[in-house]
Amino acid sequence: MSDEMLFSLNNITKSFVKGRENISVFDNLNMTINKGDFLAIMGPSGSGKTTLLNMLGGVDQPTSGEITFDGGRVDTLSESQLAGWRANNIGFIFQFYNLMPMLNAARNVELPLLLTHLNKTQRQKSVETALELVGLADRAKHMPSELSGGQQQRVAIARAVVSDPKLLLCDEPTGDLDRQTADEILEMLQLLNREFGKTIIMVTHDPSAAKFAQRTLHLDKGEFVEKDLVA
Amino acid sequence: MGQIISQSFAVIAMNLRSIPRRIWMSLAMVFASAVVVAILLAFLAMVKGFETTLSSAGSNDVAIFMRGGSGAELNSTVTREQVNLLEVAPALFKIDDKPVLSAELYVIVDGIKKTTQTEANIPLRGLDIDGTKLRSGFQLIEGRMFEPGTNELIVGAGILREFDGFDLNQEVRFGKYSWKVVGVFSTGGNVFESELWSDAKVIQSLYNRGSSFQSVRAKMDSPASLTELQTYIENEPRLNLDVKAESAYFAEQGSSLSYMAIFGRVISMIMALGAIAGALNTMYTSVADRSREIATLRAIGFSNISAFIGTIIEALVLAALGGVIGALAAYLLFDGLHASTLGGSFTQVVFSFRLSTELFIQGLNMALMIGLISGFFPAWRAAKMPVMVAFQNGH
Ligand SMILES: Nc1ncnc2c1ncn2[C@@H]1O[C@H](COP(=O)(O)OP(=O)(O)O)[C@@H](O)[C@H]1O
Ligand SMILES: [Mg+2]
Repeated sequence: MSDEMLFSLNNITKSFVKGRENISVFDNLNMTINKGDFLAIMGPSGSGKTTLLNMLGGVDQPTSGEITFDGGRVDTLSESQLAGWRANNIGFIFQFYNLMPMLNAARNVELPLLLTHLNKTQRQKSVETALELVGLADRAKHMPSELSGGQQQRVAIARAVVSDPKLLLCDEPTGDLDRQTADEILEMLQLLNREFGKTIIMVTHDPSAAKFAQRTLHLDKGEFVEKDLVA
Repeated sequence: MGQIISQSFAVIAMNLRSIPRRIWMSLAMVFASAVVVAILLAFLAMVKGFETTLSSAGSNDVAIFMRGGSGAELNSTVTREQVNLLEVAPALFKIDDKPVLSAELYVIVDGIKKTTQTEANIPLRGLDIDGTKLRSGFQLIEGRMFEPGTNELIVGAGILREFDGFDLNQEVRFGKYSWKVVGVFSTGGNVFESELWSDAKVIQSLYNRGSSFQSVRAKMDSPASLTELQTYIENEPRLNLDVKAESAYFAEQGSSLSYMAIFGRVISMIMALGAIAGALNTMYTSVADRSREIATLRAIGFSNISAFIGTIIEALVLAALGGVIGALAAYLLFDGLHASTLGGSFTQVVFSFRLSTELFIQGLNMALMIGLISGFFPAWRAAKMPVMVAFQNGH
């Protein structure tokens, strides 16, 4: 792990207004994430894992505080600037894969490339490479409905890495998979982290999934509780 | 900008390909749009056809005389004595000291329409040979003129086209009497082409009309001669007739259907409101159905503009598809359709519904308006879709 800092969160507060109620999720949260990290975030339901991941991914903004990414502020970006920032820096991996059901595997993987200046042949080449990486080159023309859950998640991983983002954000990436398939997916994330230098932040409540990460942070009621890697 | 376009194209393609998931709602929207457009076009085509058929028929230097207050030829009577008085009226255009004048009458006969094989009314007009000179654009396109005093007739090109059994040299039978078709004439597509012409005297005797006519047409020296003719009629007590320029007469008759255009527009507007209500429902359902996809694309970095455009184009495509189907249906059902029983004083006017390109465009505009309104608000919702929806549970 290099020591170069990728993310830093300073004095983050986050609260949701629900009717008259003010639900405070984070109060003065601080953290740093280094380049090349593979971080698992664990915690009980409602502890703020998804909220944190959303803020890191530029999907939601903190109520106050600073988020810097690669030296630049993220919390001050507008909605449309954030969309561009996400496209350039982040690959998302979802619990339910979120593939477009009407597009085949290759077309799904191609989606992030539509936001780049690559031409069609360049895009095709990148898609092939990404599908090869996840071992699904022979399934390029298959529709999501023709693939197993594990295969769909691998297509989703190919989609997340195809535009070569620095950071992968995974929300319960194995939450919908059986043990063996889950391990295959986690090994793949490990490979992306080790061989391709991707920084990975993974939310999970599965301790055996967290073991694949370099380190694990435990969230409880909006605060980090440092623990060792324990099952 | 180029990226917005390529993003939008991708989103549009995805939306359209996801339509089978909502096929019945989407078809309902297509159908509603089709019905609105078909009804609008039916009304407009009727009015358009009626107007063109009539307005092109009248000349402004031909005077038409009918019984006072009769309004239309069908319920008018003109006696032989009155015709004699008109022959010496002033300000009439003369050739060899004789006015170009035609005393006319007509009866309604049945014909069998080619398309539907049903009976429809056709006017059989008796006129003077001079009557043909009073129809500008008159042309015998086949055969010859009828011989006065015989059971011969010539057939308008419109009748030949739309009805069975009027081919050249064919015998046709109306009631007790049979006639021979000796010629085919054209008057450039106007109302006269929807008539059969024969000798006035023969019709008077076969149909027991004695020596009476229904109208008299005469060529005037100029359009300005009308006032002189009016004075002549007013000063001659035996002439209880109205005189009008033929063009004015047909314009009156043609505009008598223009209220139908207003009626048609109002009806289709009301129906369009219903269609929009249904289409809004379809499109909101579409956005809800695609919410995870929309949010996922936003997470990947697609702009909210592409979500907006994708949704509104889906609405426009469905509504326009309906519009085209509606226009085609209107074309197949109504274009060229003869309205031969319109009621009122125009039972005798045979005209075709006419669907012009201009009307098609009006119909398509109506469909696009339905699509635009019903797509806008759902598209707005799609654009505002929280990206967080992509992370929510449930398939
Ligand atoms: N959009 C929202 N509106 C209101 N409250 C929210 C919203 N998102 C999350 N919360 C609340 O914030 C807290 C943390 O939620 P979340 O980050 O989803 O936790 P976790 O992912 O760890 O289960 C919960 O109490 C939840 O009810
Ligand atoms: Mg969660």
